[in-house]
Amino acid sequence: MALLEVNDLSIHFGGVKAVQNVSFSIDAGMVYAVIGPNGAGKTTLFNLITGVYKPTSGEIRLDGESIGGKSPNELATRGVARTFQNLQICMNMSAIENVMVGAHLRLDRNLLKAALRWPSIARRDAELRLEAAELMRFVGLEAFLDSRADSMPYGALKRLEIARALAMKPRLIFLDEPAAGLNPKETIEVDELVRKVADSGVTVVLVEHDMKMVMNLSERILVLDYGRKLAEGTGAEVRQNPDVIAAYLGVQA
Amino acid sequence: MTKNPYFGLFIVIAILLVLPFIVPNSFYLDLVIRMAINAVIVLGLNLLIGFAGQISLGHAGFLGIGAYATAVLPTHFGWHPVLAVMAGAAAAGLLAAIVARPIFKLKGHYLAMATLGLGIIINITLRNEAAWTGGPDGMPVLPMALLGVELSSDKHWYWVVALLLSVSVWASLNLINSPFGRALRALHGSEVASQVVGVDVVRYKVAIFVLSAVFASLMGSVTAHYVGFVTPNLADFFHSIELVTMVVIGGMASVYGSLVGAVLLTALPQALATFEGWETVAFGAILMLCMIFMPKGLVPTLAARFGKAN
Amino acid sequence: MLAQFLQFLFSGVTVGATYALAALGFTLIYNASNVINFAQGEFIMLGGMLAVFFTQAGLPYPVALMLAIAVPAIIGVLLEKLAIEPVKGAETVTLIIITIGASLVIRGLVQVFLGKATHSLPAFSGDTPIEILGATLMPQSLWVLGVTALVVVALWYFFNRTLQGKAMLATSFNRLAAELVGINTSWVLFMSFAMSAALGALGGILVTPITLTSYDAGIMLGLKGFVAAVVGGLGSGLGAVLGGLLVGVLEAMGAGYISSSYKDAMPFVLILLILFFKPRGLFGGKSTDRV
Repeated sequence: MALLEVNDLSIHFGGVKAVQNVSFSIDAGMVYAVIGPNGAGKTTLFNLITGVYKPTSGEIRLDGESIGGKSPNELATRGVARTFQNLQICMNMSAIENVMVGAHLRLDRNLLKAALRWPSIARRDAELRLEAAELMRFVGLEAFLDSRADSMPYGALKRLEIARALAMKPRLIFLDEPAAGLNPKETIEVDELVRKVADSGVTVVLVEHDMKMVMNLSERILVLDYGRKLAEGTGAEVRQNPDVIAAYLGVQA
Repeated sequence: MTKNPYFGLFIVIAILLVLPFIVPNSFYLDLVIRMAINAVIVLGLNLLIGFAGQISLGHAGFLGIGAYATAVLPTHFGWHPVLAVMAGAAAAGLLAAIVARPIFKLKGHYLAMATLGLGIIINITLRNEAAWTGGPDGMPVLPMALLGVELSSDKHWYWVVALLLSVSVWASLNLINSPFGRALRALHGSEVASQVVGVDVVRYKVAIFVLSAVFASLMGSVTAHYVGFVTPNLADFFHSIELVTMVVIGGMASVYGSLVGAVLLTALPQALATFEGWETVAFGAILMLCMIFMPKGLVPTLAARFGKAN
Repeated sequence: MLAQFLQFLFSGVTVGATYALAALGFTLIYNASNVINFAQGEFIMLGGMLAVFFTQAGLPYPVALMLAIAVPAIIGVLLEKLAIEPVKGAETVTLIIITIGASLVIRGLVQVFLGKATHSLPAFSGDTPIEILGATLMPQSLWVLGVTALVVVALWYFFNRTLQGKAMLATSFNRLAAELVGINTSWVLFMSFAMSAALGALGGILVTPITLTSYDAGIMLGLKGFVAAVVGGLGSGLGAVLGGLLVGVLEAMGAGYISSSYKDAMPFVLILLILFFKPRGLFGGKSTDRV
């Protein structure tokens, strides 16, 4: 059975049909990309699957369980992680704390024990700090281990979000334009990072505009246009699809 | 964060141990006790406003609940004061829980309005139910006995309050550096981000609101016993604003800032005692100037300055 | 029975008109700058208090009244320039606290310079009550309602038919877009504070012959005006007016039929109920955040 199944998913914002009758499925361990022109509904699709928006109609199943309409924190309990196109970093915290927050569900969050400085909590926290440092090294942020989030450059923050998502030890990770706003060198680094993440066993769903990166990394690609599914298949299949070419390059007059 | 945050706690405890012996007379001891009481309230309020990024413009209402619980229940119903204090805290917590759930789904102004409304309703109720509460003139409070010792002198109360303050500071520091505390700060930093890592945002907001309400109620009870008398002014809008001012001045999201804010703004009315109208102007001016020039508050701003100097 | 009901209705609608003006003031500023101006109530108080002050200083009544509207307008602009503009883009909590601070400063200064006494103004057209179906209506109430209605119509005209008004509306929908098409949003901000203060002051003047005024009259009026604005749906002009009338009437009815000592609590119970069940208010729309 596929890890993630989306059936006939739609969302309407008043008169705007941001996503219309989209269906696809993703197997565990895959790297799956969602591409399309700006405004095609890619981030909206992400928001639907990760609980930020409620669908107007249609179904989303994770491991057979229907998750459409569940809140983001409920989805987090089911091993779904994501990064944001426009960065959602807690600027009021340090870099490493941002990563540690990712492990929220794996820790004892009891208020009373926390207030009394229960030894098990303190110990677990120390362990987590080491783990978070490891994750920061994994994503290439060793230079920022002692930094505050508000002092870090844009590219570093994008990777910090990935580290935070990984701290959740997720099954499925949604990366929303991880290379947006990065220069060519940084883009290559992100490309390698995404490969590392996929190799570690996490299922990766990627929204990206950088075609080289998409073709390099993904096993299957979903093409969206105006909220509708335009095509789906391997990189080679999609590249040769006339509808896709028309949408991206325009039709020959 | 290489410096140990608990270092400040040792300084606070040291100061508290020494104070009663260096204070010149009972007027100043009274002032110090009031400062310490306010400090505990502000610590709780700061968790809500500074760390979790929410707001409460009616917190004095919870103070009133605690104060009047421990005045009314023993006087009219014969309850033991300690039970009354606990009942007050439970009532405040319950009220906070009921009101918070629907409200924290909203944001910003709506939350401010709702907490404001709650505080005002509590104040008016205390003023009106004169049969129980003594109305606008207030009522006396029966003395409290703990473990056989009747707490009546200033010295007794000083040590009780000093203990409460030390424990509160310690607990606050613990909380902030715990998973719970991190989730709280993440909530303030980015609600969406905290949601996607699994933080049940509404539940956390409610929890911290209830916690700060309970803190306030407990200290309201302490104030009632210490002063020996309660009036509805304890629960009025201006008092709620004073508390928010203390949080804001000292430093939002700063434990030690809460202490500084409480100390400064408990002393200020004393300094301006003869200039009643000017007291209002001063408070207003301080609020404005602070928020315009030092939005993070005194302690964090100074800390950042000295941090840069290093 | 009817007479009693009408009596409550009259007093409710009268004070409701003041709340409506206050609510309109809140809405204007909120639309232009996303700020909730907790000092709004103090403008209402200033209207009444300054009218008294200028009259006692010997100025002719109409001049005193005009000054009592102009001065708060200037103070409103000062507030905007000195306290709101410097912190553009600050957190909600910060802005709320700044305007609360401003309200304290204004109130404190009035207390110091104009004293704590309660004052009244002469009614515009005399004190003879009018009998309607057994209930009495003060002529001043007619003034309150009449002027408020005129103001509402004038504002409607301003926002829907004049260029400046449309510019202000555009700014409230999307500030950046308005700037990009050349609207001077600083001017819009300036105007909204001035108008809002003037509206409040006008309300204060109108109602002082009936309810009297003092240095601390502004607190409750402002808060209830805010309740009215939220009840009607923050950001909606129509909502502000209807919200104001609704709050006024419900308050009067509650005080009359349920309990008069809880009169001041009624609007706040109302706001809690509204926030629990219909937080966007009666006329507010839904909105989603783009992530």
